[in-house]
Amino acid sequence: MAKNDLISGSIWDEYSNQVVERMNNPKHQGEITEERAKELNAKLIIADFGAESCGDAVRLYWAVDESNDKILESKFKSFGCGTAIASSDVMAELCVGKTVDEAVKITNIDVEHALRDNPDTPAVPPQKMHCSVMAYDVIKKAAGEYKGVDMESFEEEEIICECARVSLATLKEVIKLNDLKTVEEITDFTKAGAFCKSCIKPGGHEEKDIYLVDILKDTRASMEEEKLKTAADASASGQASFDKMTLVQRIKAVDSVIDSDIRPMLVMDGGDMEIIDIKENLPHYDIYIRYLGSCSGCASGSTGTLYAIESVLQQKVDENIRVLPI
Amino acid sequence: MEVYLDNNATTMVDPKVFEEMKPFFCDIYGNPNSLHRFGAGTHPKMVEALNFLYEGINAADEDDIIITANATESINTVIKGVWIDKILNGDKKHIITTEVEHPAVTAACRFLQSQGVAVTYLGVNAEGTIDAQQVKDCIKDETALVSVMWANNETGKIFPIKEIGQICRDAGVLFHTDATQAIGKIPVDVQDCNVDYLSFSAHKFHGPKGIGGLYVRKSCALTPLLHGGEQMGGLRAGTVDVASMVGMGWAMKLATSTMALAYEKNHISKLRDKLESAILELPDTIVIGGTENRTPNTTLISIRGVEGESMLWDLNQKGIGASTGSACASEDLEANPVMNAFGSDSELAHTGVRFSLSRFTTEEQIDYAIEVIKNAVTRLRGISSSYAYAPASHASGL
Repeated sequence: MAKNDLISGSIWDEYSNQVVERMNNPKHQGEITEERAKELNAKLIIADFGAESCGDAVRLYWAVDESNDKILESKFKSFGCGTAIASSDVMAELCVGKTVDEAVKITNIDVEHALRDNPDTPAVPPQKMHCSVMAYDVIKKAAGEYKGVDMESFEEEEIICECARVSLATLKEVIKLNDLKTVEEITDFTKAGAFCKSCIKPGGHEEKDIYLVDILKDTRASMEEEKLKTAADASASGQASFDKMTLVQRIKAVDSVIDSDIRPMLVMDGGDMEIIDIKENLPHYDIYIRYLGSCSGCASGSTGTLYAIESVLQQKVDENIRVLPI
Repeated sequence: MEVYLDNNATTMVDPKVFEEMKPFFCDIYGNPNSLHRFGAGTHPKMVEALNFLYEGINAADEDDIIITANATESINTVIKGVWIDKILNGDKKHIITTEVEHPAVTAACRFLQSQGVAVTYLGVNAEGTIDAQQVKDCIKDETALVSVMWANNETGKIFPIKEIGQICRDAGVLFHTDATQAIGKIPVDVQDCNVDYLSFSAHKFHGPKGIGGLYVRKSCALTPLLHGGEQMGGLRAGTVDVASMVGMGWAMKLATSTMALAYEKNHISKLRDKLESAILELPDTIVIGGTENRTPNTTLISIRGVEGESMLWDLNQKGIGASTGSACASEDLEANPVMNAFGSDSELAHTGVRFSLSRFTTEEQIDYAIEVIKNAVTRLRGISSSYAYAPASHASGL
C-alpha cells in the first residue's frame, strides 16, 4: 500500500482523451452488410467474442478482398464499458488495409498504445486493460473464420497474462535468469500482473488455469532441484567449487580443512573450535565460529589465531571466506 | 442541468442540518468531556441530538444508542462483539445472514469464518428478498446472531424485519438489522420489530458523512470495538464529533418526521414511478426485483443490450449521476453480489442501472433525466453487439 493507493478516485479520470473521444464518437461502430461486401467485391466475415452475461461482448465485421487477403473495411459492435467500446473502435481501425495475416499480429498492447495521448501514459487504468483483450481475441476469431481454422491456431505460446501478453515460457525464463523471488519482481521485469491482476492468484476478476504464484513456486522449485543436481554432480566428479556447493557441502568442506589443518594446532594448546553457521554475504562467505576449551577467552582468538584460521581457509577452500568468532 | 439520482450512495446535507452544525466548528468547540464551559457548552445540543435519534427510531430510554463513525463501524461492533461475547466464550458458533447484505456485514462474517465461525448466507428469491421462514429453518442451538438488512441498497426491497425479529425473539437468538437504507424512507420502529441491534449512517438521510449510530436494546450485551476513554458509557471510546452528532440528530428529526415520511411515500415515490414508467416504455427493460414492497425512492432497472457503465458514462456527460453495480464500473471488478444473488439471469448483473431519488429531487429534474436516458439508450443500443437494434420497434418508445 502506498500513499496514492489510500484514496481511490474515479477510474474515469484515468481515461485518455482518445478513450473519451472514441467512447463518445466511435468512428468504426456499425455493421457491414452482405450487400456492402458485394459492392466491394469482398468476402464478409462476422466474428463474435465474449457474452453479455460475462459483461463484455464484441462483434467484428470484415470485408476481405480474397485476391490478396486484404481487409478493405472493418466495423464493430460492442456490449461493454467505455474502454471496451473505445478499444474495439481502435481495433477495427487498425485492421483496415492490413492482410488477415498482418491483422492477427495486432495485440491488445497495440490497441492500448494506439489509445494513448502520449507514449508514456497508459490510456486506461490497470483494471481496465482486460477490456482491450476482447479486441485482440475477436481478431483471432475473425481470422479463423476467414481461413476456416480454429482461433487457437494463431496462438503460438501459452499466454499467462493476457493484458500484457506474457507467455509461460517467458515467465519461466525471466524468473530463472534474474533469480526472481516474488510476484512483485516478476511484474517489475515483465509487466505480467500489472494490469487487471487476474493472473496473480486465484480470486481475481477472471479465473485462470495457472497463476503467477504457481509459476513462481514451480520454477523456484525446479531451480532448486537443478542447483542440487549440479552440486551433486560436481561433488561426485570432485570438481565442485565453493560457490556452487550447497550449504551442507560447504560445511563439510570447511570442516574437513579445519580437521586436517587447524584443529590439531588448537588441540595442542588445550583448545578447539566449532562452526556455527555459514552465510553468503556476497562476494564474501562469512563463517561464524565459536572457540572451545582454552581458546575461548584467549586474547589471540581475535588476532593471530583468527588470522591463521582465516588464512588457511582462504588458501584451501575459497579466497572470499571471512571468519567471524561469536 | 445537474440531476443527482444516486442518493442511496450518499445524500446532500440538508441546509437546515448544516445550519445546526455550524456553531460547533468555531464557536462552541470545546471537548465535550472537559469540565469547563467550553466543553460543557456542547452538552445541551448533544442531548437534544440524542433525543432526536431516540425519537427517530422509537428507542426506549433504557436502550442505548451509541454514536459511531458510520454504519460500518456499528455493524462491525455488533458482529465482532457477538463473536467475542457469545462465540469465543461460549458454545454458540453460528451466524445467519443473507447474500445481499452490505459488505460491512458480509466481509465481517467472512472474517469470522476465517476464525472458525459457521455462517449461513440466505439466498434471496426472485423478488430480491428472503422469507422469514428461511431464517426459522436455519436457526439451530448454536446460532448466536441473525443479521438481516431492513432495506436493500440496490433494489430498495424491504425485508420482513418484524417477522424475523419475532422468530429470533422466540428462539432466544440475537437479531441485528442494518437499517442504513431504511431510515428516512420508511418508518423504522425498534419496539415494533423486536430488533436487538440496529445500525445506521447519517449521510444516507441528509446528515453529514463520518457519523453513524448503533442501537442496542436494553440488556443486550455490547463488547466495545474501540477501547480508550469512557465516552459513550465506555461502549465506544473516542471524542465525539459534536458537530456531526448534532447534524445526525437534526437529520434524523427532519427525515423521520411524519411529514417527511409522508412526502417520501407520496411525492418521491410518484417521481420515482414517473421515471421508472418512462424507462419501462422502452422495449426490453425490466425492474430488477419487481416493483412491490420497496423503499419509495429506489428503482433498479435492467436495460437489455446496454452495459451499465456505458450508460452511466452517457448520463454523466449530460449532468446526471446514477449508479450501477456492474463489474466494469467498480474498482475491484467484481460483479455486484446483489445482482448475482438473483442468479437466474446473469445478464442482469451487467445491465442494471440504479436511480435513487431524495426529497430534494424535483419533477423538472426527472423530466430532464427521462429525455437523457432515452437518448442514451438509443445511442448505446446502436453500438451494442448483443441488442438487435430495430429502429421501427423503438419509434413509439423513443
